[in-house]
Amino acid sequence: MFLAIMLIVAQTAVLLAISPFLVGLIRKVKARLQLRRGASVLQPYADLAKLFQKQPLLSTTTSWIFTATPYIVFGSTLTAGLLVPTFTSQTPMNFAGNIIALVYLLALGTFFLILAGLDTGSVFGGMGSSREAIVASLAEPAMILAIFAIALTNGSTNVSTIVHKTALLEGIVTDPSPHLMALAALFIVALAETGRVPVDNPATHLELTMIHEAMLLEYSGRYLALLEWAAGLKLAVFLSLIANVFAPWGIATTVTPSAMGIGLLAYIVKTAALAIFIGVIECMFAKLRLFRVTDLLGVAFILALLGLLFFYILRS
Amino acid sequence: MLNLVWLLLGGYVAGIVLPFCLPGRPESRRLTSSVAAIVATSAGIVLGILGLTSSEPVTGTLASTIPLLTLSIRVDPLAAFFVFTISVVALAASVYAIGYLQHFEGYASTAKLGALFNAYLLCMTLVILADNAFFFLLAWELMSLLSYFLVVTEHEKAEVRYAGLFYLIMTHVGTAFIVMAFLIFFQTAGSFSFEAFRHPEQPLPEGMRTLVFLMILLGFGTKAGIVPLHVWLPYAHPVAPSHVSAVMSGVMIKTAIYGLIRVYFDFFGGQFPWWWGFTVLFLGATSSLLGVMYALMEHDLKRLLAFHSVENIGIILLGIGAGMIFQSYGLKELAALGLLAALYHTINHALFKALLFLGAGSLLYATQTRNLEEYGGLLRRMPWTGSFFLIGAVSISALPPTNGFVSEWLLFQSLFLSFQIPTVFLKLMLPIAAAILALTSVLALACFAKAFGIAFLARPRSMHARRAEEVPAPMRIGMGILATLCVALGIVPMVVVPLLDRVVAPLAEISITSKVMAIDGWALAPVNVEFSSLSTPALALSLVALAMLGLGLAVALGGRLTTRHSKTWGCGINLTAHMQYTATGFVQPIKRVFSTIYQPTVKLETEFLHESRYFAKRRHFEFHIEPIFEKYLYDPLLAFFATLADRLKIIQAGSLHLYLTYMFVALIVLLLLAV
Repeated sequence: MFLAIMLIVAQTAVLLAISPFLVGLIRKVKARLQLRRGASVLQPYADLAKLFQKQPLLSTTTSWIFTATPYIVFGSTLTAGLLVPTFTSQTPMNFAGNIIALVYLLALGTFFLILAGLDTGSVFGGMGSSREAIVASLAEPAMILAIFAIALTNGSTNVSTIVHKTALLEGIVTDPSPHLMALAALFIVALAETGRVPVDNPATHLELTMIHEAMLLEYSGRYLALLEWAAGLKLAVFLSLIANVFAPWGIATTVTPSAMGIGLLAYIVKTAALAIFIGVIECMFAKLRLFRVTDLLGVAFILALLGLLFFYILRS
Repeated sequence: MLNLVWLLLGGYVAGIVLPFCLPGRPESRRLTSSVAAIVATSAGIVLGILGLTSSEPVTGTLASTIPLLTLSIRVDPLAAFFVFTISVVALAASVYAIGYLQHFEGYASTAKLGALFNAYLLCMTLVILADNAFFFLLAWELMSLLSYFLVVTEHEKAEVRYAGLFYLIMTHVGTAFIVMAFLIFFQTAGSFSFEAFRHPEQPLPEGMRTLVFLMILLGFGTKAGIVPLHVWLPYAHPVAPSHVSAVMSGVMIKTAIYGLIRVYFDFFGGQFPWWWGFTVLFLGATSSLLGVMYALMEHDLKRLLAFHSVENIGIILLGIGAGMIFQSYGLKELAALGLLAALYHTINHALFKALLFLGAGSLLYATQTRNLEEYGGLLRRMPWTGSFFLIGAVSISALPPTNGFVSEWLLFQSLFLSFQIPTVFLKLMLPIAAAILALTSVLALACFAKAFGIAFLARPRSMHARRAEEVPAPMRIGMGILATLCVALGIVPMVVVPLLDRVVAPLAEISITSKVMAIDGWALAPVNVEFSSLSTPALALSLVALAMLGLGLAVALGGRLTTRHSKTWGCGINLTAHMQYTATGFVQPIKRVFSTIYQPTVKLETEFLHESRYFAKRRHFEFHIEPIFEKYLYDPLLAFFATLADRLKIIQAGSLHLYLTYMFVALIVLLLLAV
């Protein structure tokens, strides 16, 4: 029990600590590829610290929903993070929910963010909310099918169990094609859900092209800090998911200090590599028009479906 | 337990009679009918719990002089579950009515409304309790008629009369199919008692079984609102008084679910080919997706909720369909899981849909309009109604840790476990149904973000919304009961699952409580803990703790928790209520992405100033969605019947002698046939 609580605390701390780093790393990679020097990788930490100290300014139009949303989004994203293994394959919170619970916990945050966007009474907030609703609607079915294709190979829908089994090489993959298709689908979904190019542009300064940022437009001070942190956490959750489900290399399968140390190191390297990859993608592609996003997420859905089909065909 | 049945019946009868007998002020009449209903529904709740926990079904019979009609009742776990569901929702609606009926004072007789409402609830309960097909049909027909009278309460409006007529016709077409199915049963059973249906003297021939399957699906499907038989529902449910809408949408459509389970799993004993289950699954997937899609485009709050009933009936059918498919392959554990998920969603939908309809009634009470675009900013004016509505919205969007999430989660697991089916076709179809379920629930999320966001947040969009005031206490209590249950059923599934298992166990012939519950009931894990697990108490705890952590971090890193207030930034201009995002604007991207389904027609006419085409004088905007089913299915059907009736006019000369001849000829023919 004590060990479980310690592991939960450690995982919370790791997620909280690594998420600003991942955001900073993507920015740095983008800057270097654009031949700029860019801000330090640690800049997001400084931003958060600064934002927490500022006094927030609230719109007079808003209700309690607006002030409660940052806490709900922060809490739900972090809870979702506890369901995904990071440095150790056996997360203590594994019993609390499987991949469906993870998807719906993230949806809880999305729901309240959409409400907060509408609450300000500004056109930009409403626009962001409306767009977030359509992107989330299209991403979620693809995500569930993709995960299901992987779950079939391992006989589990609990992320931690999937990772643990794969790490112990219990679920040896004889043919990797279902996995590869699911990986591609999940990666597209991750880009959409975390608001990266080509679906959304987190660095945009133009309200008309915003999705996620438009909903946060009226936030300031500690509320903004919590929401920025939650956005980073969501990125960390998706990167951990992809890294550990498809490449559980180095993850700690036992509870010994040395295994944990290696696990932590491997985790940082893997997520950093994915973050660099996202940074490269952000430089190579332009943001899609909102109505072209449909096609992209449609592709993700079809890929996941094909993964499922391949699984059954190869098995029979 | 029979005493409880008498108390239940007596309570409702008192509620029908007393409002007319008691002299006095209108308030006391309203109170009388509601108090009687509260007594009856409390008896119903206790009866339901006892029926769920007792080992033997309770039966009772009242002799009657009418041949074939035996007034016999039977409380088995399945009936007890539905009586419980109906009673809980009816209890909340009756409490709510004490306040809500003030609305109708001096305009419709509240005594009559109260009596009708009690009679309606009585018949609905009898539908569930009936143990005889004749008695069942009698109660079913009375329930439909009484609900028609309640629907046309505001009959001076043409819209209401149209909705009522539409409902009356559709429900009778449905009843006709049920009558036919029961007559086929009667032929082999030789009696109208359900016991004889269960164990007929000679089994039904294969063709007849298929016919009964289809007729039952059509008959009960009409009442449940399965696509494409749903068209009446979005007309009829919204125009009734809101507490009646809550009962109609929350529980009356569930009597059809009861009928489906009763016939397929009880009368047929779970013996059927796989394609029956697949048909139900397919209809469920279609209903859920189309239901939510039409709901998204709807800006009349009560119509929006009615379309969501179509969606949720679809979700329940997904569970029943999956259960039937598993049953036909002999996978009893999974069949039980599918049914359990369906029943869990049945009670959940009853609770949150009734809550949302009561919330919509409160908005109507406070603002006199059902149009979403005329609300706005109501959370500040009506904090209680707003918070309860939010709980309902979160539940119907299936977000953790509320009840809607738990039942949809169970349904997901039962669809995922389809890899145990031997056929590749079904192995693929069930995960696709799961993907449709995912799309449905996330579209429901978008729809309720729209409904709540536009109605309760930002600035008031009309004079009505600016003047709105919080509703009276009984209405808030009614909503509060349901909101509490929505959260409770989400957080303590370990209490609900064993009770539902008692309903499912006799139908699927296997008890799965021990298979579904893990870690002393703190987690759900169908069918083994390896495959999947969920613990809503842990999730709820973690959500609260980590949200508090956010607050803690804010204090630790920032210090004083003060705020400043100012107007929303509008790029330098003063924002007004008209500049806010509207409900129509909010769903525009969705409308565009799914335009194949909606087939929208948009008409924009602009009249320009003479002097310059840069200035518009007047703009006219129109937007419609093609009502596909009405246009391509119902209109041709209606046209066909109209032509047929036209042709038949020839034999209708209006002469009495001619009619007497017809009767004579008919008599002769019948006699000849009998010989």
